[in-house]
Amino acid sequence: MAYQYNGTTVEHDEEGYITDISLWSRELADIIAKDENIEMTDEHWEVVNFLRDYYEEYQIAPAVRVLIKSIKKSMGKDKGNNKYMYHLFPYGPAKQACKIAGLPKPTGCV
Amino acid sequence: MSTLHTVSNSPFENNAFKSCLDHVTAGDTILLIEDSVVGARKAGSFGKEIGKALANCRVCALAPDLSARGIAADTVLDGIELVDYGGFVDLAAEHERTQAWL
Amino acid sequence: MSDIEAPDAEGGVVKKFMFVNRKSPHGTVYAVESLEVVLISAAFDQDVSLAFLDDGVFQIVKQQDTSGLGIKNFSPAYRALGDFEITKLYVEQEALDERGLTADDLMEIMYEDEDDDYEEKPSVRVVGRGELSKLMSEQDVLLSF
Repeated sequence: MAYQYNGTTVEHDEEGYITDISLWSRELADIIAKDENIEMTDEHWEVVNFLRDYYEEYQIAPAVRVLIKSIKKSMGKDKGNNKYMYHLFPYGPAKQACKIAGLPKPTGCV
Repeated sequence: MSTLHTVSNSPFENNAFKSCLDHVTAGDTILLIEDSVVGARKAGSFGKEIGKALANCRVCALAPDLSARGIAADTVLDGIELVDYGGFVDLAAEHERTQAWL
Repeated sequence: MSDIEAPDAEGGVVKKFMFVNRKSPHGTVYAVESLEVVLISAAFDQDVSLAFLDDGVFQIVKQQDTSGLGIKNFSPAYRALGDFEITKLYVEQEALDERGLTADDLMEIMYEDEDDDYEEKPSVRVVGRGELSKLMSEQDVLLSF
């Protein structure tokens, strides 16, 4: 199973998470988002970039409530809440945003 | 509020047994299972350490593990109680918690 | 199991879980598996603490670099435990002493205390062997790695 774009092939697992995180690119993120029926906006990118920074710092993808709490801490309560995050990523902010960010499935996600 | 401590590695292989002895609380029970039973021989060098633990703890050993390793009951340090699998279950039920020393 | 169990805000039962870490990281999977279970346990709103004794103290030393081994360095994740509301990491003094380590050799792991105006506080608490034994004897469940 793989994503294909511009002649590049990037392998993913059965749930769509890419298997080699070093192969991520913004272009690939758009492809993954399309598969998830998400049109990437600046607001989506803000969350995806936040997750990539979080992963860089801690080497883990946060579980959904940890993500929302951390977003609230860094971007305020207008964004750090369930309603806003599920509006952006209807099928689970942590799961979908991690997938688009090229990260593994969030830790603690059952 | 007592704890059942299970030890499964030989004291000649790693420090789990020693660490267990360093952390038991009076009234606890230590149960030797699997390879740890090789430390239970009274002629062995680890007997003295177990002897000290017997002052304030119960020490048991799983008989099938002793037999499997050719360790006869009369060569086991005095004070160590032999239990079978049913006895293992009883010990687990009698204590509030179990701590496995790996 | 304690006779009186404290109900949480939603009426569920909160038990005291301690993860006992005794192995050096990277050589075996014990440390990384323990961390994984710890992070998952955070979702269940229980009273979770971690103990580091014997070689387990090496799991939280600073400046781990696994690049030469070709495996992932998972140690930065311990610094995220505060985000997961896991704020009690007990480290045994004797285990540090035996290995020539001091508290200064450990990573700085902090949490924000919600009950104290979000003040940053250290999660690592160095305790003596006697105190650690007592803490272990007060748990509902001990999970060994």
